[in-house]
Amino acid sequence: MTTQEWKFTAKDIASKPDLFLSGHRACAGCGPASTLRLIMKATRGPTIVTQATGCMEIVGSIYPYTSWALPWLHTAFENAAANASGIDAALKIMRKKGKIKDEHIDIIAIAGDGGTYDIGLQALSGAVERGHDFLFILYDNEGYMNTGIQRSSSTPIGAATTTSPAGKVIPGKLEKKKPITEIMLAHDMPYVATATTYYWKDMLTKVRKGLEVEGPAFLHVFAPCPRGWRTEPGKTMEYSKLSVETCVFPIWEAVNGKRQLSTPSKLIQLSPQKKKPVKDYLAGQGRFRHLFTQQNQHLIDEMQRVTDENWQRLNKKCEPA
Amino acid sequence: MKEQPKQETIPLNGDEAIALAAKQCDVDVVAAYPITPQTIIVEKFSEYVANGEVQTEFVCTESEHSAMTACLAAAVTGARTFTASASAGLALMHEMLFVTSGFRAPVVMAVANRALSAPLNIHGDQSDSMAERDSGWIHIYVENAQEAYDSVIQAFKIAEDTGVSLPVIVGLDGFTISHTLENVTVLGDDAVDQFVGERQLPIVLTHEGKTVPFKLDPENPMTMGPNALPNYYFEFKRQQEEGMRNALKKIQEVNSEYAKLTGRSYGDGLVDNYKLDDAEIAVVVVGSTAGTLKFIVDQMRQEGVKAGVLRLRTFRPFPVEQLRSALKNVKTVAVMDKAMSFGGFGGAVFGEVRNALYDTKEHPTIVNYIFGLGGRDATPRELRKIYDDLLKIDKKGNVETTVHFLGLRE
Repeated sequence: MTTQEWKFTAKDIASKPDLFLSGHRACAGCGPASTLRLIMKATRGPTIVTQATGCMEIVGSIYPYTSWALPWLHTAFENAAANASGIDAALKIMRKKGKIKDEHIDIIAIAGDGGTYDIGLQALSGAVERGHDFLFILYDNEGYMNTGIQRSSSTPIGAATTTSPAGKVIPGKLEKKKPITEIMLAHDMPYVATATTYYWKDMLTKVRKGLEVEGPAFLHVFAPCPRGWRTEPGKTMEYSKLSVETCVFPIWEAVNGKRQLSTPSKLIQLSPQKKKPVKDYLAGQGRFRHLFTQQNQHLIDEMQRVTDENWQRLNKKCEPA
Repeated sequence: MKEQPKQETIPLNGDEAIALAAKQCDVDVVAAYPITPQTIIVEKFSEYVANGEVQTEFVCTESEHSAMTACLAAAVTGARTFTASASAGLALMHEMLFVTSGFRAPVVMAVANRALSAPLNIHGDQSDSMAERDSGWIHIYVENAQEAYDSVIQAFKIAEDTGVSLPVIVGLDGFTISHTLENVTVLGDDAVDQFVGERQLPIVLTHEGKTVPFKLDPENPMTMGPNALPNYYFEFKRQQEEGMRNALKKIQEVNSEYAKLTGRSYGDGLVDNYKLDDAEIAVVVVGSTAGTLKFIVDQMRQEGVKAGVLRLRTFRPFPVEQLRSALKNVKTVAVMDKAMSFGGFGGAVFGEVRNALYDTKEHPTIVNYIFGLGGRDATPRELRKIYDDLLKIDKKGNVETTVHFLGLRE
């Protein structure tokens, strides 16, 4: 695989017809909706999309309407990767038997953090182990937003959700976010990457690379949710940017297990003074509001410590460019 | 009349017979997970794949939930799909069974009927598939390995009929049929291929206004598995019921078409009546126990007792008319259930049969026998007792106990 083979420019993106169409019912400022619309711009030919139950599945498929201009399948919550497995198996054998045209069809499975980190992890692990040819895109908004903002194993430490509320005794979620990409990398899969929508060119390049790879690919996209994070709808892209600048969500890719930081994170590695404090990212997010008190100050310190530790660890795991 | 194709009689157990039938139906995708007493089916099928005897993508999933999901996804991509399961495996599929029938995906699944935990028990009863009664699948239960083979072939023709478009469970009693070697007469590959034919896809209207085959196809995009709110959901479910109604007819058609080809038929495909025409007492049963009951009926007939058996071959769709007509002259009926409906008034089959007969003018007296749970053997002596009980009820004219447990220590 050659790097930067695909030149996505703003002009190219604008001129390419949308495959995730307007008219869907996502909230104002929805990070995942912008992500989906952009991601579909990186498709390269015949494509089938399958989605786990969740916000992005619901908003685009309310019968008799659809936002999907390509073949699209939803069957349940925990099984986006199993859907992909079935589609892959069917296409493969029907092509072999001459029942369908002999052309490659890309398969993209999309799930939120609930459908990936939690209930969908088993099906995902199984499908990757079996080596099905598909790209799994996780849009991570750090909670079960569709059911009303409950905690998932992706919700970060300190965040208040409706099942990890900031109470008098317990100050929001006490557990750390599950390292999902490390789990996927441990599957020894050909392509794993992280991206955020603000750095859209980087994200689209990674989508395309994930599609080009033979076998399973995993893309973790960080996608802010104004409703769930209690942020202003107009600031979604700002948080998307801040997540990278604070190293809360560094972006990188691993081709055949060899990991490299992507440019925005690489620049921070090269000039550590550019790294912003985690506090900048937390401020303005209603889910972290309770942390900005004297009694919870230690949690902000803890989050900074965890972020620094993860960042250092990641730096060690990355190969020099 | 067309000449019947050459057939061959070979020793097979029920599981092997099913694997062979699936192979001969040229299935495109098999996605499955091992569970006793179904395992032989997937093992045998894996051998076919490994030896290049069949062109099938065999997906060894990490769970039954993913097995059913992959079958469904493959089916809506246009493939002919097959799987097998039992007990806990079927229970884990529960969610996807409803999704699969809701998609009108013609997946065929063999269920080697087995008890549900707890306590853990690997032996045969019908608790697993009876618990899936309302999952929207067609349920066909077989009596022996021969019928297991024949029914899988028939199942594809029923499921894939575009007027039906529903998934089919072929239930075979765990161990009693799945693991018991019998002489099974089988067709050649060509004859099966000809009988089942290529899978035909229903034609649907897409959001682009095109009329195209129902499958995931980049040239004709469609949105599958949408979110239907209260303004549409009910209509979807009503259409599903229409598929079930069509299945009643289709199962009978396929049964007689298959009889012409092989010389073998199972009643009218829905109910399999044995000496019912002049019977005064009868037992209604699902599955392999019918074989022993027929043997007892023969004994009783020699003794001058007018006894009969009704084997309910198709449980869903429920053959109300056929059942009424078959039992119209019978005075006393016992219904056997190889599963519990805890806290209910007898088992599921009992409830269904009694319900169907309620509106008939002179409906028979009906009692229920729950039996065989966790693989407990129902001996000829115990089964004979049911007929003796029916004779007593006949004589006395009243029922003391409606729901009985057969062969239970109490």
